[in-house]
Amino acid sequence: MTATLTATTPGAARIHAAFARAHAEGRAAFIPFMTAGYPTAQAFAGVADELLEHADLLEVGIPYSDPLGDGPTIQRASEQALAGGTSTRGTLALVKALRARHATPIVIMTYVNPIYAVGPREFMRLAQDAGVDGLILPDLPPDQDLEIADLAAEHGLAVTFLIAPTSTPARVKLVAEACTGFLYAVSVTGVTGAREGSALAEVPAMLALAREHARVPVAVGFGVKDADTARQVAQVADGVVVGSAFINAARQGQSVGALAATIRAGCQK
Amino acid sequence: MALSLPTYPQPDERGRYGRFGGRYVPETLIPALDELQQAYHTARTDPAFLNELDRLLRDFVGRPSSLYLAERLTEHAGGAKIYLKREDQNYTGAHKINNCLAQALLAKRMGKQRVIAETGAGQHGVASATAAALLGLDCVVYMGAEDIRRQALNVFRMKLLGAEVREVTSGTSTLKDATNEAIRDWVTNVRDTFYILGSVVGPHPYPAMVRDFQSIIGEEVKVQHQALEGREVPDVIVACVGGGSNAIGIFAPFAYLPEHERPLMIGTEAAGEGVESGRHAASVAGGRIGVLHGAMMYLLNDDEGQIVPPHSISAGLDYPGIGPEHCLYAETGVAQYVPVTDAQALDALQLLTRLEGIIPALESAHAIHAAVEIAGRMPPEQTVVVNLSGRGDKDVAEVMRLLDLAQTAPAQDAPGVIRPQEVHA
Repeated sequence: MTATLTATTPGAARIHAAFARAHAEGRAAFIPFMTAGYPTAQAFAGVADELLEHADLLEVGIPYSDPLGDGPTIQRASEQALAGGTSTRGTLALVKALRARHATPIVIMTYVNPIYAVGPREFMRLAQDAGVDGLILPDLPPDQDLEIADLAAEHGLAVTFLIAPTSTPARVKLVAEACTGFLYAVSVTGVTGAREGSALAEVPAMLALAREHARVPVAVGFGVKDADTARQVAQVADGVVVGSAFINAARQGQSVGALAATIRAGCQK
Repeated sequence: MALSLPTYPQPDERGRYGRFGGRYVPETLIPALDELQQAYHTARTDPAFLNELDRLLRDFVGRPSSLYLAERLTEHAGGAKIYLKREDQNYTGAHKINNCLAQALLAKRMGKQRVIAETGAGQHGVASATAAALLGLDCVVYMGAEDIRRQALNVFRMKLLGAEVREVTSGTSTLKDATNEAIRDWVTNVRDTFYILGSVVGPHPYPAMVRDFQSIIGEEVKVQHQALEGREVPDVIVACVGGGSNAIGIFAPFAYLPEHERPLMIGTEAAGEGVESGRHAASVAGGRIGVLHGAMMYLLNDDEGQIVPPHSISAGLDYPGIGPEHCLYAETGVAQYVPVTDAQALDALQLLTRLEGIIPALESAHAIHAAVEIAGRMPPEQTVVVNLSGRGDKDVAEVMRLLDLAQTAPAQDAPGVIRPQEVHA
């Protein structure tokens, strides 16, 4: 794990501390994801509580009508959450309630259009007020809008950008240097979603390149669905992100907490 | 004379048209967009590429399309001369083929064996499938379930051409969702797949590249108007706008002229049941700035940033956004964007058919409506050029269904026009 962490914001400091705690326990940080308002607005809080029992960080997605980076599982979850009335402001209110009960850092995953619709400054203010620690922005390469990262920093939030197996060395450098929370390495060329078999062949080389430039921990996501894939990722990454598997569990009425416990155990180095 | 592609002052090096445009896409695609930009940059001045494109546009598509003086329509409007730029004469029936052939040639040049496309009305899908068949490429077309219902004939044509048509049932099951799915496919298969994007939307360099490929429409108008009227620049140019590729193709060659030399340019947006009804696809008149499919533009989205499903009688205009260069034109007054309703378009379709024997696409009928209105207020020595972007064969079944639904009322615009009391009964 990167030795020279320099936290630029309170959110970044809390995120880095969460990675450091997991590291001290000989684990990769376990980062479950759940779409806000899923499976229902009422049931979400219970699901999030279960995940927070086991998480080092929780990633909460703002449901969006046109999620380009997501596969069918998260897209359907978003449609259902939106149909149930979940909004951007509503999501931040849900997060605020979670933060009142849990000390675990929470990062928000959102596409840029909801941020622009609310207004970047107002969005950051609301997120800060809700106790959000950081943002993950899947359709915002860091060189597209420099204002967003600046506004986030101004409001104490950390920002996470993504790299992919297709990223050139120059892109990896640019993205890695822009991250203040953690760096999110996408394990596969593709969208989110649990996959058949293991498709993590490209991860080690990508991480080696990322670590040359990143000043923050490096987490891996997309396609991590169980303890086994989590274990493979944990051997090379500082953190493991798991999303669609929890949506699938919640949809099928299975215990999200039990799955989280299993996957967390798989994050052992 | 060899083909050359025009050079315009927009976008800037970051792919921005003022504040519009850009590249809001997953990082996975950024290297592919860089690669595409580089390949296009090289190809656009390479004689081998240009000669092959020129040959195909001439001998395969049938260009140039004519600039046709619509005498009876002119007489009906009672003012300026109305010329039709007959993109409906192109092989496959619309302007879409200009861009598809060019992008498919680029795909081949880049060594990509698989192409994907999205389609609403099916014209872009048919054109992509055609180009793929011609050049021996594998082709997958994404199409919303609702559009598959409305455009059964085009679906069959695509399949006959050897393309695989993938039905999209997410979201509103129309063009925007087909575009989402095409982008997701591209994110997944980006290493060996070329995305043939069908309009002047999407991440940079697509809006610029598609514009350049469609600019042949406006460039031909200059030459033809000169021959017919003794001057290159018409007084008014009208074109329909969904994403806006046929409109940018006829506007762009005139848009960067000095202001006093520019024609009045009018883009017709699909107003559906009326902008005030909320059931429309008029992004300039009824939208707000947002980001969709990789670009910042005028967009139908609510105050939470969720995309509002668009509505239009025409599947081809049923898109919640409008290309970033159009947004810049709208903001700076280079062009004006006016709403035209479903009912007005349906009337105009019948009007043109009865008066000129030309059945236009429902998309193009929106432009016909506005052209007749404005020509009637202009002196007879002036000219209005309408981009007749496509022919109406694909829409005939849907028009028949709508007119069957409509109650026949006394004709007002022309003898025999069926005026629907309520198109969406």
